[in-house]
Amino acid sequence: MLAALVLVFREVLEAGLIIGVVLAASRGVGGRGSAVFLGIVAGIIGSAVVAFFAAGISNAFDGRGHEIFIAAILLFAVVMLAWHVVWMAEHAREMTQQLRQLGSDVTAGRQSLFALGAAVAIAVMREGSEVVLFMTGIVMGGTETAAQLLLGSAIGLALGAAVSTVLYFGLAAIPLKRMFSVTGVLVTLLAAGLAASAVAQLSNAGLINVLDTPVWNTSWLLSEKSWPGQILHVLIGYMDRPTGMQLIAYAITAGTIFLLGFMRRAPADKPVLSA
Amino acid sequence: MSSSSYSRNVARFRSYFSALAVALFALGSVWTGTLEVQATEEEHEVEISIKDHKFEPDALKLPVGKPIKITVKNLDATPEEFESYELGFEKIIAGKSEAIIRLKPLKSGTYMFFGEFHQDSALGHIVAE
Repeated sequence: MLAALVLVFREVLEAGLIIGVVLAASRGVGGRGSAVFLGIVAGIIGSAVVAFFAAGISNAFDGRGHEIFIAAILLFAVVMLAWHVVWMAEHAREMTQQLRQLGSDVTAGRQSLFALGAAVAIAVMREGSEVVLFMTGIVMGGTETAAQLLLGSAIGLALGAAVSTVLYFGLAAIPLKRMFSVTGVLVTLLAAGLAASAVAQLSNAGLINVLDTPVWNTSWLLSEKSWPGQILHVLIGYMDRPTGMQLIAYAITAGTIFLLGFMRRAPADKPVLSA
Repeated sequence: MSSSSYSRNVARFRSYFSALAVALFALGSVWTGTLEVQATEEEHEVEISIKDHKFEPDALKLPVGKPIKITVKNLDATPEEFESYELGFEKIIAGKSEAIIRLKPLKSGTYMFFGEFHQDSALGHIVAE
């Protein structure tokens, strides 16, 4: 039961942390709740579909299908998160002011909601398909421990959701003034980490054959598989044995988003609302 | 923000992302190109099967310095996740199906692997020498 609990908890936490950060980063955008909800629903449906076709996906491209598929959805999520960060950078000033003045949701600006929902859907789909397959296995196994395993899975799911909620409220407690810069940086690093993961997948599939050996190894200090290591891996893309290509992907992604966000930021000398 | 500047932004983003897409596509083509080349490089092929949530064989001796191709056959009806921390892969294998794991040339050493869904029984290791 404990093994099932831990496995499901880990998967739910991975998706949940991403949702928590994205939710905090979009505070004040009207309609974000339903966008995230739709994203989660789409992700769960996607999980079931991916789980159903798991064998077919895996065998595509001479056994490279799984890696290519994961890399593709990760890169799509990177683009969505990038779009979201840049959009928020552009609107942070007016949103902060409106939030402060009205204490309610900003009605304008729902353009980034699609990006938000899509990023959430991908996070849920990636981790969820694993949970679905695991649970299918339990049910198919049909042993006397199945009920216990399912109970463990349910507790894992609830715990994962709870920890993600704590993270969200932690981020939401940041003063408004700092809020969007902190979450903007967080989402940027999150996206950079996903880009590095996509590179790892392509490397595993044998599609990247240059700069594919670890540059350093900090697993003695903080293993990527330990709890803190894993949380940092999800949040800021911590890698204990990054390859050269992963570091390049991380740097290029983070750099591009920072640069775009900086270029698109609303100029300080032009107040959006009169205070 | 006026609507004209908004649509200008959207246009800029579109061009940026389409440039990105083209770049990714180009990179993809290069990778597919290297794939052809790589196919000629000699891969050491081995097979592992999973039965009753156990690996057979559960100990593998593999050569160093050669790319490895492991075909994992899951003979059980239930899915399994084939994973190794040291070798940095994790892959789900549906019930009654098989999957391919590719490894970069190994350095000599011992590498553990396991089935994440049945960690009490599905354990094995690779010795590279």
